[in-house]
Amino acid sequence: MISGGVTKFAKANPEMDFRLLVKKAFDYALNDAKISLADFDGSVASYFSDHFQRQLMSGIMVHDYLGLTPKPSKRVEGGGATGGLAFQTGYEEVASGRMDVCAVYGFESMSHVNTWKGNEFIALASDTNFDYPVGGFYTGYYAMMAVRHMHEYGTTVEQLAKVSIKNHGNALHNPYAQSPMKLTVKDVRNAPMVAYPLTRLDVCTMSDGAAVAILASEEKAFELCDNPVLIKSIGSGTDTMRLSDRPFGKVPLLPNEKESDYKKLQYPGVHSFRAGRTAAIEAYQGAGITDPLEELDVIELHDAYTSSEIQTYEDLGLCKYGEGGSFVEEGKADIKGKVAVNPSGGLLASGHPVGATGIMQGVFMFWQLQHSIKKHFKDDALQVPNAKRGLIHSHAGTGTYVTATIMEAVK
Amino acid sequence: MTINPSAKMEETQKGTEVYNFDPLIVKSHYEIDYIHSYAQDSEFFRALGKKKLMGSKCKKCGYTYGTPRGHCMMCGAETEWYQLPNEGRVHTFTTCFFGSEEFLPETPFNLIMVEFEGVNSLFMARLIGAELEDLKIGMKVRAKFRRNLRINPTDVYFVPVKE
Repeated sequence: MISGGVTKFAKANPEMDFRLLVKKAFDYALNDAKISLADFDGSVASYFSDHFQRQLMSGIMVHDYLGLTPKPSKRVEGGGATGGLAFQTGYEEVASGRMDVCAVYGFESMSHVNTWKGNEFIALASDTNFDYPVGGFYTGYYAMMAVRHMHEYGTTVEQLAKVSIKNHGNALHNPYAQSPMKLTVKDVRNAPMVAYPLTRLDVCTMSDGAAVAILASEEKAFELCDNPVLIKSIGSGTDTMRLSDRPFGKVPLLPNEKESDYKKLQYPGVHSFRAGRTAAIEAYQGAGITDPLEELDVIELHDAYTSSEIQTYEDLGLCKYGEGGSFVEEGKADIKGKVAVNPSGGLLASGHPVGATGIMQGVFMFWQLQHSIKKHFKDDALQVPNAKRGLIHSHAGTGTYVTATIMEAVK
Repeated sequence: MTINPSAKMEETQKGTEVYNFDPLIVKSHYEIDYIHSYAQDSEFFRALGKKKLMGSKCKKCGYTYGTPRGHCMMCGAETEWYQLPNEGRVHTFTTCFFGSEEFLPETPFNLIMVEFEGVNSLFMARLIGAELEDLKIGMKVRAKFRRNLRINPTDVYFVPVKE
């Protein structure tokens, strides 16, 4: 990766349409690495929903606006993990030798409809024959998973609140974030209940925004950029569309786990994300990681809900299944903890313009590993000291597609 | 002769609702009727009208599903219809106080995942007749069926069973 750009995420951004939002992030990235349009071999477009804009082929409209026609481009879509999947597709375009320089751009303009209609559109990413007509509400699905996690492991609502406090608090130093806030456990628990146990402050917001990552082959990267970051490995996994179809089997183990750790655990059930674990196993294998907590310095993960951040600590093997609640409570995910998780504020505080989100994580990770957070945020409070290796994690549906990508500092 | 240089678009009273001038924000309406087939899952919805809850059972490996599923995810073989018990237990639950626009008027409502004895997977449904503070994992629930069918999965719902 040789450059990146992000627009400030906002509830609504009526001054700029999706094309202009991407253009702003794209020009920021071009300017930061001294790249010109002629350097590009093609692009990958990342956006989730055709419903928000009621515009098909939005991807080519961006590609066109950026001045990249007639070069090749395609759209990648996979719900909430759209950004992570598109980022990996860009990696594949370069790794296959097809492209030397590839732009991966993500966007979503969710403000075209009101929040409750937006929830309806998002819920169309659940099975519309069986799940949508019953609940039709993603926070409801995640709430049921959180309740089961609490039942299996004794996770508490206060532990969920700690994730909200950490991520909204980190965002106070991120000028791109939509909802920076200093919160207490009481604030989070007293916020309006959305679906028990998740309150308004346990759930991310809808946003307008865009993000751009520019990926290049090794040779081109050093030609165009003084301080590129290596995309070391990619991993991804899937699970059944319907939550009800999840099996009750055995945990696919990471190198730092033993079968005896999970003698009685029926997995994944509805308490864990098998797709996330599958993605982690592939990504760690590719990067030679055997002890993720010791070998990762910084993580940007898909915290659409506080509960899913806790579940994801476990899927990624930062702690054992069942220890996610105490992991955050003990401060291990703080910027000065064992591994900084969501130093940017994550989705909870940065916002979640779906197609942009996974790319945003890539850009924030790129800046972390370049040690250029101060330059881009005008504040170095969020720079993880000595950050050498990071993981970005993107997540769709009820854990239906999940990606994990390992990035490493080169300098 | 059809060329008419003084042709003029007919003016109508059909206007557009404008929310804002700079930037210019307008309202546009969209509505559509879908012609939707339940295809291989049709039997599930027909059975709800006969007050039966149908799941699937793999003909080859015997895996049982709490949901309709034409082919087995474990071995790929075809499944057969299989009647689920009318009673089960709450595997997990929530109460939704907000929701998608379509369901907002129904809030607050309870969602549960039901586990059936001897069935390998779960079923998602609404639970009525209980409030959030009454809901417990493991509580016994019974399937009930609408008389006036909507021909969707809410034709079955669950109520608590006194134990």
